[in-house]
Amino acid sequence: MTPATNQGPDERGHFGAGEVAWGGRFMPEALISELDELTAVWTAAMADPGFTGEFERMLREYAGVPSMLYDATRLSEHAGARILLKREDLNHTGAHKIRNVLGQALLARRMGKTRMIAETGAGQHGVATATAAAYLGLDCVVYMGAVDTERQALNVARMQLLGAEVIAVESGSRTLKDAINEAIRDWVATVEHTAYCFGTAAGPHPFPAMVRDFCRGIGDEARAQVLELTGALPDIVTACVGGGSNAIGMFTAFLDDPDVRIVGFEAGGDGVDTGRHAATIFAGEVGVLHGARTFVLQDEDGQTVESHSISAGLDYPGVGPQHAHLAHTGRAEYLPITDAEAMDALALLARTEGIICAIESAHAVAGSLQLAAQAPGSTILVNLSGRGDKDMGTAIEWFGLGGPAVEPEASPVGELAETSEGAP
Amino acid sequence: MTFTRDAFARTRSEGRAALVGYLPAGFPDVAGSIEALKLMVDAGCDIIEIGLPYSDPVMDGPTIQAAALQALQGGVRTADVLRTVEAVAATGTPTLVMTYWNPVERHGVERFAQGLLDAGGAGLITPDLTPDSGAEWIAAADARGLDKVFLVAPSSTEDRLAMTTAASRGFVYATAVMGVTGVRASTSDLAGPLVSRTRAVLGAAASDLPIGVGLGVSNGTQAAEVAGYADAVIVGSAFVRTLLDAGADAAAGLAALRALTEDLANGVRRG
Repeated sequence: MTPATNQGPDERGHFGAGEVAWGGRFMPEALISELDELTAVWTAAMADPGFTGEFERMLREYAGVPSMLYDATRLSEHAGARILLKREDLNHTGAHKIRNVLGQALLARRMGKTRMIAETGAGQHGVATATAAAYLGLDCVVYMGAVDTERQALNVARMQLLGAEVIAVESGSRTLKDAINEAIRDWVATVEHTAYCFGTAAGPHPFPAMVRDFCRGIGDEARAQVLELTGALPDIVTACVGGGSNAIGMFTAFLDDPDVRIVGFEAGGDGVDTGRHAATIFAGEVGVLHGARTFVLQDEDGQTVESHSISAGLDYPGVGPQHAHLAHTGRAEYLPITDAEAMDALALLARTEGIICAIESAHAVAGSLQLAAQAPGSTILVNLSGRGDKDMGTAIEWFGLGGPAVEPEASPVGELAETSEGAP
Repeated sequence: MTFTRDAFARTRSEGRAALVGYLPAGFPDVAGSIEALKLMVDAGCDIIEIGLPYSDPVMDGPTIQAAALQALQGGVRTADVLRTVEAVAATGTPTLVMTYWNPVERHGVERFAQGLLDAGGAGLITPDLTPDSGAEWIAAADARGLDKVFLVAPSSTEDRLAMTTAASRGFVYATAVMGVTGVRASTSDLAGPLVSRTRAVLGAAASDLPIGVGLGVSNGTQAAEVAGYADAVIVGSAFVRTLLDAGADAAAGLAALRALTEDLANGVRRG
């Protein structure tokens, strides 16, 4: 595992040397010493072959990593470009999240912690954390917005079965940002024996860099896999962006390849012009949220504005500071995808390839289809960050699935491959 | 304008600790918070902290969260906070704003500092901004002589205690427990050692910076105990609680607020 030293941050956690110091550490004093210690332990661990070897062994033997690269020929035919899918949906627990949590859980053990806490939006990070806690014998508490415990009930049950306590957060907008607030409140009081297993490449230093480095295997593997398969680098690399862990995990390997276009797709919700979205980079402004300077959806007074997305995992009004930096410098582009576009892509992928992906990942598929239309014949590497089992409740409601059998020609999904108008 | 050093000069000459009282602006509404804060001044608070309600208050427990949410739902704006400062500072009591960082950065650090100075405010308490991340605020405050109240915690190393106290002006805020704001049944056994360690660091630097102790005090007996070793006793959630408990009965809320302030003011004189 190679640290991404040339990509920052500096020792204060800042990305970029321009007029904006992205990232940093805006946190209560009570947590600063712990963050210092975490930074030191993590830095030492990444230079310790014992640690990195154990991490790689766990990923290989337990998590199903490296994940496959899949040449999606039927989807490609439909798209008019060659679409390659990095199958993170096939990892243990169903998403790229397992990479990050195994790394952080190993660090927790190295620091002598007995308890891990986590926040979760869609529940994928919560499930992964509960899994790693069970695997390594740590107590686990997961904070989840009450809105999300309702729309992701299956993942709540999974966490509980794994032995974690799930706390439904009723404060604020009752979604991911409030779950983070509550987890920070817990951590301030329990930091002596508790590790905060942060779920995305955001938050105070060292989390953006640490989570990136635990996830960067996605891109490192995919880069080698694409080269082996096609003999060349992809023209475009894409991922969905909420907080941005899967995206930065994918993008990192390609940042120094100037000919590779890098595009992240944010949650456009009902459409960016409606104000009901989570397109933080596209439509947000510079601010500080959850310990880092980044793009934030906020009002004139700096109050966080509630985000909206059909995808719980992208429903966050902030974004990792390295993405803010990459957007600012222009090295990566970030574009919004609406709920309807994502759900159309979800159905199309299911029908053309037999893969039901997470709604989060469907944003990346939808965006890639748009890029394919602009660049026919190109090769597009898409991070398929998670699987869609958890989203079936949403899909049933959106598409009107289930219930009595219907004739094939009357199936609501049957029309989706051809139209973008399938949304209610 | 009155700076906190004037208040500490007075309480030290009286041989007692100062009572610092907190309420969020806009709670229960803007006019109501101004009335309540003036009452707290009248009933014995030596220094006032006005909270700037924020959507994501990670250092606050349920009581202050509820008050801040009510204020935000009532539409309180940053301009209202500065208006509240102006009204309270006009009493001659040093008035600080306690705020999370993003609202200040969003308003513009220079603009916020100037607005605060113009309103007669004494300075800022910054729960999620440490001096090592606060260069812009430190410059803006130093240019105007505003108080910079940073926090120390039981987990702060000696190096951080030295760095934080050196950067502070007015007083340093010792968070006496590891945890969020909220009333606690007994005062923390972490407070005494933290104050001792902070005093040792201040002594080595030949500094007379006052030490305020906060988080959890809710009655005169506890205030007296903390006043035994601290220069200021900081009370927040207990004040907020009196108004929350009274609900729509504003008169009852203010009566309870006055009774609590007097009890605490007596407490700091017994310590």
